[in-house]
Amino acid sequence: MNLTADRFKDNVRVALDDDQLQRALTHVRSNFIERRAKAVDALPEFEALREAARAVKDHALTHLDLYLEAYETRVAESGGHVHYAETAADARDVILNICRKAGARTVTKGKSMIAEEVDLNNHLEAHGVEPVETDLGEYIIQLRGEVPSHIIAPAVHVNQDQVEADFRRVHTHLAAERDLAEPTSLLAEARGVLRDRFLAADVGITGANFLVAETGTSIIVTNEGNGDLTQILPRIHIVIASIEKIVPTLEDATTILRLLARSATGQDMSVYTTLSTGPRRPDDPDGPDEYHVVILDNGRTAMLGTEFQDMLRCIRCGACMNHCPVYHAVGGHAYGATYPGPMGQVLDPAIFGLKATHDLPNASTFCGRCESVCPMKIPLPKMMRHWRDKEFERGLSPAPQRWGIRAWAFLARRPALYRLATGLMMRALGNLGSDRGRFQMLPFAGGWTAHRDLPAPEGRTFMSAYRAKAQNKGRKT
Amino acid sequence: MSGRDVVLRKVRRALGVTGEEAARRSAVAERLKKSEPNIIPERGKRDREGRVALFREMAEAVSATVERVAASDDVPTAIARYLREQNLPAAFRAGADPAIGALPWDREPNLTRLSGASDGRDTVGLSCAIAGVAESGTLVLVSGPDNPTTINFLPDAHIVMLSADDIAGDYETVWQRMRERFGAGKAPRTVNLVTGPSRSADIEQTLILGAHGPRALHIIVVG
Repeated sequence: MNLTADRFKDNVRVALDDDQLQRALTHVRSNFIERRAKAVDALPEFEALREAARAVKDHALTHLDLYLEAYETRVAESGGHVHYAETAADARDVILNICRKAGARTVTKGKSMIAEEVDLNNHLEAHGVEPVETDLGEYIIQLRGEVPSHIIAPAVHVNQDQVEADFRRVHTHLAAERDLAEPTSLLAEARGVLRDRFLAADVGITGANFLVAETGTSIIVTNEGNGDLTQILPRIHIVIASIEKIVPTLEDATTILRLLARSATGQDMSVYTTLSTGPRRPDDPDGPDEYHVVILDNGRTAMLGTEFQDMLRCIRCGACMNHCPVYHAVGGHAYGATYPGPMGQVLDPAIFGLKATHDLPNASTFCGRCESVCPMKIPLPKMMRHWRDKEFERGLSPAPQRWGIRAWAFLARRPALYRLATGLMMRALGNLGSDRGRFQMLPFAGGWTAHRDLPAPEGRTFMSAYRAKAQNKGRKT
Repeated sequence: MSGRDVVLRKVRRALGVTGEEAARRSAVAERLKKSEPNIIPERGKRDREGRVALFREMAEAVSATVERVAASDDVPTAIARYLREQNLPAAFRAGADPAIGALPWDREPNLTRLSGASDGRDTVGLSCAIAGVAESGTLVLVSGPDNPTTINFLPDAHIVMLSADDIAGDYETVWQRMRERFGAGKAPRTVNLVTGPSRSADIEQTLILGAHGPRALHIIVVG
C-alpha cells in the first residue's frame, strides 16, 4: 500500500483540481444520503437497534479474549483452521504459506478492506501468486493500479467512460468494435471475463463482516455474488478478518445486520448474506476442501481499554464518509491511507502510526454528521480530538500552529490581558474593514482568504457587547 | 510464543483481565447458550397469511419474481411456464432434495432435469429453501447434496421453491429452527440468505441487476 497521508495537504490540492474526481463525487453527495434516509425512515425500530447493536459490540469487546477462544474452538470442531496474526506482515506470511503449500497460481478475492490494510495483493504478486479481484469496483481499480477510495464503493472516484477505456485497454481478446456505451454492457463484460477466473482459481480469499463465536461461522455481506463464487469454487477458502469482528451469537449478528445495509446502501438487506462454517462436509457436492481464518490484530489491541476502544465497534458501512463534507470535497484517495473519511481519520493513526497520519484527525469541520449517522454510535469527532491532543503532546503539529496555540493559551490564562488584546484587535480590524465589510486578503489568514472573504468584525468583542447590554438592562429595571 | 498467544495476551493486558475470572466466563457461557434475541422489528410479527404477503411484497421490491401455487404438485407446470415466458431453455439443474424428487415431473415431459453441483454451464438452477424471512423477503438456503451451493450462484436464472409454512417473520425464528435441526452451536457448511437477484452499483452508482450471481430470481411459494 502506498501511504501518502503525510502529504495530505498536497493530496487535497490535487483532488480539488481533478475534474474527473469532482464529477464522480457528485454521485456520493446525493445517492448514498437519500437512499440511507429512506431505509432508516421505513424501520421504526432503527434507533432502538442502534442502542442494542452498541451494547452487543461493547459486551463482545470487554469479553473479547473469551469469545475469541470460543470462536476458535468451534472453527476447529467444524474442521477449519484459525491463524492469529499480530502484524500485517504476519498475516501476509500466513496467507502466502497456505497458497504455497497448495501450489496456488491464481487467487480470486472477494472484497476485503483488511486485505487492503495488510497490502496482500502486492505481496502475493511479488511471490508468484496472481491475485484477481472479483468485486466489480475492486476489479476496476485493480486494472487501474489504484487502491479503493471508499470502503464499500472502491471505484466511486471512477466515471463510466474511464471504465470503458480501461476495459478496452485490458480485455484485448474481445472484439475492438464491441459496444460498451451502457453500464449494463460493462457489467456483462466483467461477468464474462471473471467467470473464467473464478473457475480456474486455486484459492479464494474473502473478508468477513462477522465472526460468530456461537457456531464458529464467518459471515460476508455482498450484492454481486462474487464473494460466494470466490469461496465455493476453489479448493481452499481463506477468510481474513480483524479481532473486533467477533460477535457472540447469530442473534447478535442479526441485530447489526439490520443496521448494516440500511446505513451503507439503503437496502434492507444486501443481496447475499453468507454464513460459512468449516470446509466441505463428507457428503457435500461442492465447497472448499480447506477453510482457514486469519485473525488480525495490527494495532487494535492497543485501542482496547483506551479512549479509542469505541472505534472497534465500527462495522465498515461507510455512512460516515457518505455524509462527510470533507470526503465530498476531496474523495477517498486524498486521505492517503487505507481507510478514508471520518472512520479512517480515527483508525488510520492507530494502524499506521500518528507520525505519518497526524493531518488526518484535523481534516474535519466537526459538523458531527458522521457521529449522527453512525449505526454503532461511535463518537468520531471526540476521538479525532483525542488524536489532536496526542499530536500536540508529541510535537507533531507544525511549529507556527504550536506557537499560535501557546500564545493563545498565555493570553487565555490572563483574562484582563486577553480582553485588552482581543479588544484592540477587533477595533483595528473593524476600522480596517469598515468600508467594504470584508477582507479579501489578511496577513496570517491566507488559508481562509485564498478561498473566501473574511467578514470584518463589528469593532467590538462579544464580551464588551455583552457587558454593555447587561448594563443597559440594569438601567432599565 | 505463537501468534495466538501473543494476540490473546495483548487483549487480556489491554482489558486488565487474566481470562480466568469466573464472572466473565459464566457471562460468556450463558450468552452463548441462551442465544437471546435483542430487538425484533414489529414488521414481521404477523399471522401465516400476513407473513406470506409481506414476504412477497419485500421480495418483489428487490426485483425477485414471486408466484404462489396451491400444492407442490403444481410446481413442475409452474416451472415449465416460467421458462417458456422467459425464453429460457426447458432444462435445469437441481440437487437431491427429496422435495424436488417427489414432484410429478411426468406432467412436464419436455423438462430436462440435471442433478448434482453446477459447473457453470447451466442456464437455470432449482433449489428448495429451508425458510423465508418475511421482514426482508429473504430466502434461506443451506448447503449439502440436497441443494448444492453452486446452484444458487452459477446459473443465469435461479428458481427457488419455498413452502408457505416455512416463511418466518424474522431471522431469529429461523436461527431457532436451525438449532433444532442441526444441533446447538452447529451450522451447515454454508447458509445463504438471498434477498433478490445479484446486482452491482459500482459504476457511477447505477444499480444494475445480474452481476456475478443469477440475473433473475423466481420464487415459487407452495401452499
